[in-house]
Amino acid sequence: MITITEKAARHVASFLAKRGKGIGLRFGVRTSGCSGMAYKLEFVDDVNPEDHIFESHGVKVLVDPKSLPYIDGTELDFVREGLNEGFKFNNPNIKDQCGCGESFNVQ
Amino acid sequence: MALLQISEPGESTEPHQHRLAVGIDLGTTNSLVATVRSGMAVVLSDELGRPLLPSVVSYGRECIEVGYEAQAKQSVDPKNTIVSVKRFMGRGIKDIAHIETMPYDFVAAQGAKGEEGMVKLRTAGGVKSPVEISAEILKVLTQRAEGALGGPLSGAVITVPAYFDDAQRAATKDAARLAGLNVLRLLNEPTAAAIAYGLDNGAEGIYAVYDLGGGTFDISILKLSRGIFEVLATGGDSALGGDDFDQRVFCWIIEKAGLAPLSASDARVLLTRAREAKEYLTIHGEAPITVRLGSGEYVDVNLSTAVFSEITRTLVQKTISATRRALRDAALATAEVKGVVMVGGSTRMPQIQHAVGELFGQEPLNNLDPDKVVALGAAIQANLLAGNRAPGEDWLLLDVIPLSLGLETMGGLTEKIIPRNSTIPIARAQEFTTFKDGQTAMMIHVVQGERELVADCRSLARLELRGIPPMVAGAARVRVSFQVDADGLLSVSAREQTTGIEARVEVKPSFGLGDDEIAGMLKDSYTHASADAFRRALREAQVEAQRLLEATQSALVEDAALLSVAERTHVDSCVARLQGVLVGDDRHAIDEAMAQLGQATAEFAARRMNQSVRRALSGRNIEEIEL
Repeated sequence: MITITEKAARHVASFLAKRGKGIGLRFGVRTSGCSGMAYKLEFVDDVNPEDHIFESHGVKVLVDPKSLPYIDGTELDFVREGLNEGFKFNNPNIKDQCGCGESFNVQ
Repeated sequence: MALLQISEPGESTEPHQHRLAVGIDLGTTNSLVATVRSGMAVVLSDELGRPLLPSVVSYGRECIEVGYEAQAKQSVDPKNTIVSVKRFMGRGIKDIAHIETMPYDFVAAQGAKGEEGMVKLRTAGGVKSPVEISAEILKVLTQRAEGALGGPLSGAVITVPAYFDDAQRAATKDAARLAGLNVLRLLNEPTAAAIAYGLDNGAEGIYAVYDLGGGTFDISILKLSRGIFEVLATGGDSALGGDDFDQRVFCWIIEKAGLAPLSASDARVLLTRAREAKEYLTIHGEAPITVRLGSGEYVDVNLSTAVFSEITRTLVQKTISATRRALRDAALATAEVKGVVMVGGSTRMPQIQHAVGELFGQEPLNNLDPDKVVALGAAIQANLLAGNRAPGEDWLLLDVIPLSLGLETMGGLTEKIIPRNSTIPIARAQEFTTFKDGQTAMMIHVVQGERELVADCRSLARLELRGIPPMVAGAARVRVSFQVDADGLLSVSAREQTTGIEARVEVKPSFGLGDDEIAGMLKDSYTHASADAFRRALREAQVEAQRLLEATQSALVEDAALLSVAERTHVDSCVARLQGVLVGDDRHAIDEAMAQLGQATAEFAARRMNQSVRRALSGRNIEEIEL
């Protein structure tokens, strides 16, 4: 189960509207990065038959079955830190992560 | 943790690999920085949410202030508060308009060879060059971007007016280097606007980009198709902008209020009021101007839209005339222009919108903020150049070759290999052959230009291919490849196909050619088009005649015995006639003499053919002959 905060959903919806196409957000992991895994966050144009689809606050989040175990239970949030803004994840599966958090390891 | 942005499908970058790149619009009045975030170009605002950074630098004895803080110093410390520094970039003291009304302490500088150098300004912080002052603006924008993006920038695209010459472009690059920025590319402002509009809206057709900024006016006629654009014509005035409108209002106030010559600080105050009045008139019909000057005089006048339009009519007219000229250069009627893109805060003035709308017979496009559009386009370009794309993804090809690249062929003619307006990177190859029997070397002369004759084009480089094995004329196959990379670097290589011998040379095609030169060369190619066509035909006839003469001479040496005395005399007279007309410029006489010589030698050629067949067959069994 992946959830998305209302604030994040609002931003995703507005990005999608401005982009002019796309059905949602793809959230997943790849095996790379300095701590083993890295998140990926992309717009979705095509749904794969095996995708898990989670919908909250009107936004579809698609996760491929291989990624789900690593990120199950994650909440996506959109935050502003100083001048910077972007998506932040509260992932309960993380054992440790690199300094910046772009890549991580699971338990 | 780091904050993530959404990528396009399949384009997620490796962790720590996403390169932070920004587009910077280093404007005369205001500067902006933008980046691409979650697939969208956005302008980065400061802590107070203000997107613009006034291009103002104030030098105190110990500190330097930039932007709004510096702008606030304008009226109290005009001498040390530098506005519109862009006008001084790469300029000598003599090049600066309205220098008498400027409150600065200019220092004429000398170049290395004693020629006039870039002007400098004496401030409380020391003598500063325009490059250093611009660098202060860039530093603030860099800090803002690094704060917003959470890391050091890998590079920036900085925009410059299309009319900036080499000195002004070099000064802009120097300023960036001084601010610690890696310049990915300098991009023409109208081009950046076209990128912002072309890519965001995906509309194809011919567009005019009307860019009236604080200090520069540029008009560009662009053709957008499939995300690639072609620059059909450019024009403008590097010393015309919103500042001139302020100046007109400033002079009008002085005249209207009957003011005595002003002190530097009063002039600054009044100029600020003039600008405010101009901006006020964008949405109001009348602007009140009230100010108490340091001299004790009190100014209280009202500027109406009608009066404002009247006193600035010639300025607007200048931009309209330049626009018409650019259209003429592109051989286009106003009706063929699909849309007019408005760039620069000055295009908010109603009389500008009106005049442009009237000229093109349509409402100008202004759905993007005219202040931001250039920075947004630069950000999109910077994102591409920084390589934030998945491998294999189509690159957007946004730069074109301004003038055709080609080489010299026999008779001093140019053979175009890469036509002008080709998008780069590009590679083209063509096969050439030898002209003479036994020719063992080939000189390849690389030229750039639109004219038919080499003498009228610009010579870029020469390379020599040696070691071609001796063969009859026309048998060697030399493949000449032209390759222009994304930075405009041309490399030319020549390879003889049968032996594989190779020669190559690298040149920078656009270097050394200024915008004016390019425009001039293009114009020449139009005005001389028919003369050039005639000269090309003449040269071709001459080359062909030369070839025929050479073939005849060598045949006569080999097989003179095949001709009777009378026949030989006839051939000789035809040869002499052709040689006679060859040096003249009567193409028809050459053609005629060639036809005569061809006739005179037809029988001779037949006999030679028979003889060589006989030689080949004599004394041999039919089975030995390969068919």
